Amino acid sequence: MGSIWEYANPVKFSRTAGLVLPWVSIGATVTLVVGLVWGFFFTPDDYRQGSTVKIIYLHVPSALMAINVWFMMLVTSLVWLIRRHHVSALAAKAAAPVGIVMTVIALLTGAIWGQPMWGTWWAWDPRLTSFLILFLFYLGYLALWGAIDDPDTAADLTSVLCIVGSVFAVLSRYAVNFWNQGLHQGATLSLDKEENIADVFSTPLYISIAGFVLLFIALVFLRTRTEIQKRRTKALLARERLG
Amino acid sequence: MSLSVHDLTITRGGIPVLEGLNFSLEPGRALILRGPNGVGKTTLLRTVAGLQPPLSGRVDCPPESIAYAAHSDGLKAMLSVTENLNFWSDVFGRKDISAAIQAFDLAALTDRMAGTLSAGQKRRLGLARLLVTGRPIWVLDEPTVSLDTASVRMFADAVRAHLQAGGSALLATHIDLGLSEAEVLDVGPFRAGPNSTVPGGFDEGFL
Amino acid sequence: MISLLIRDLKLAFRAGGGFGLGLAFFLIVTVLVPFGVGPESSLLSKIAPGILWLGALLACLLSLDRILALDWEDGSLDLLATSPLPLEGVVTIKALAHWLTTGLPLTLAAPFFGLLLSLPEPGYPWLVLSLLLGTPALSVIGTFGAALTVGIKRGGLLLSLLVLPFYVPTLIFGAELARRGAEGLATTTPLLMLAGITFGVIALLPFASALVLRVNLR
Repeated sequence: MGSIWEYANPVKFSRTAGLVLPWVSIGATVTLVVGLVWGFFFTPDDYRQGSTVKIIYLHVPSALMAINVWFMMLVTSLVWLIRRHHVSALAAKAAAPVGIVMTVIALLTGAIWGQPMWGTWWAWDPRLTSFLILFLFYLGYLALWGAIDDPDTAADLTSVLCIVGSVFAVLSRYAVNFWNQGLHQGATLSLDKEENIADVFSTPLYISIAGFVLLFIALVFLRTRTEIQKRRTKALLARERLG
Repeated sequence: MSLSVHDLTITRGGIPVLEGLNFSLEPGRALILRGPNGVGKTTLLRTVAGLQPPLSGRVDCPPESIAYAAHSDGLKAMLSVTENLNFWSDVFGRKDISAAIQAFDLAALTDRMAGTLSAGQKRRLGLARLLVTGRPIWVLDEPTVSLDTASVRMFADAVRAHLQAGGSALLATHIDLGLSEAEVLDVGPFRAGPNSTVPGGFDEGFL
Repeated sequence: MISLLIRDLKLAFRAGGGFGLGLAFFLIVTVLVPFGVGPESSLLSKIAPGILWLGALLACLLSLDRILALDWEDGSLDLLATSPLPLEGVVTIKALAHWLTTGLPLTLAAPFFGLLLSLPEPGYPWLVLSLLLGTPALSVIGTFGAALTVGIKRGGLLLSLLVLPFYVPTLIFGAELARRGAEGLATTTPLLMLAGITFGVIALLPFASALVLRVNLR
């Protein structure tokens, strides 16, 4: 068996991703359906929050993914800058739209949950604010990809943006924590769901999280393959023009 | 202080344009690049100047020995002729700009703002910058654009003086400068074909 | 290096724009705020530090795309990249020139604009200190954004989109420092954080800026 870097070859990656994709997709569908149906219909209502608590089966996995997708982009950006593997840069490009959608889902479900719980759609809670800032970082990253024609230049610039952005995202997280403390006291309900979650809720939650992870993998494989094929088309056309 | 290029392949927008280039430039010599528009002369000069990396092969020259002049002269419209030249001579760590002003007949223009000069005068100022860099290898991209006959002769004299002082010059130009020291290299035959053997061309990983 | 700084300052003075425009914009923002939120001085004095910081930040943003775009258009950047100056030095000098023509005048003018917004008396030194410490970070981060977008036509809007999230920590600690100073609260933490961010970006970000500038010059 070769090393993981074998998959840095676009053709090899495409082929392998094509083989794995159906299975990952089936896995994602099954776990998502099981996790969400179990979570929505077969868990008891929370004694304080009623049935609104069930939105955690969307909210928590999407929030986790929002952060981890950015982290994955950071890793693939570093791989691109250091080892110059095109697949890595294209995977980062493919992941970003998924990441921003996850961020939006986390923000929206947060708002929908927050309305009955805190009586407001939006509060400048440190966590909510951090997600809003993360959304802005995603937006800038995607806009930069969109603005540059040359694919390698775009990959280089967005990679540096992602790395520097990660540092500033962490800084912002601490800044926001500090800032909110100074403005008003903490939210009336603890946002730390993991702490006060009961076992009966947690199993479907873990299944949902697994479903979101699998869905992300499937989408990234699919989108990276599309990006590779786009590059392939361009390369073929370029060769034809010269010949 | 010689420049040599070994088996160079250069790309524009990710596509190889010239491949298998070999040449060297000794002190006191000039090399004139010719070839149809779009063949990759500008890309070659930018690669030699170190602004972009070659796809393969290498460019050997002593560090900080190249003075590069491109289509745009890097002049500031709101600075006078003297200020423009003084700036570049400061950047390159030299002090005297009078020789440059004399060589390109700019003495009457020294206090004029660069923005008020004509195209040919601007070009002369841009070329005078080469003299204040004090660097031995000139890499020039279409240096005679918008120059009249007298100015072209002025430029040819400056190049000749530079060569006699032990410098060298790599030029892309279509005009005959009457330089006896100059060799001509037609880059047309080095045009990269569709069956480029160089790894990394055409994003070949994607094919 | 010095000659590059002198050249940039000369150009900023002669071409106009840079210097006066940022200040005028800052003034207009300050004047418009009371029209928006009402004239009660108790409210204004409460929000004054934040408004002044936000105004300074936006005024800074206004001139960011001039940092490198002009030198890109006339070919100076190519020539600077082949000159003995390291690009890291070039971007640092560019950021310094931007700060001297934008951040510093804004800092000096801020107390006068503070009067318009009834900034509480103890707030003035803290406002000036926070801007003095914070605006260099705005210029350095802005130069990074300018280097990222220098090759893009009409990159101005994109530049703002990229740079604004990067300004969040500086804005938070800067405005917090000014606010706490105005209210007579403890200022050590935001002061140290703001100084840390500024010195951190001055030390590290020029390397990233030079890296992306090299990519863009390719």
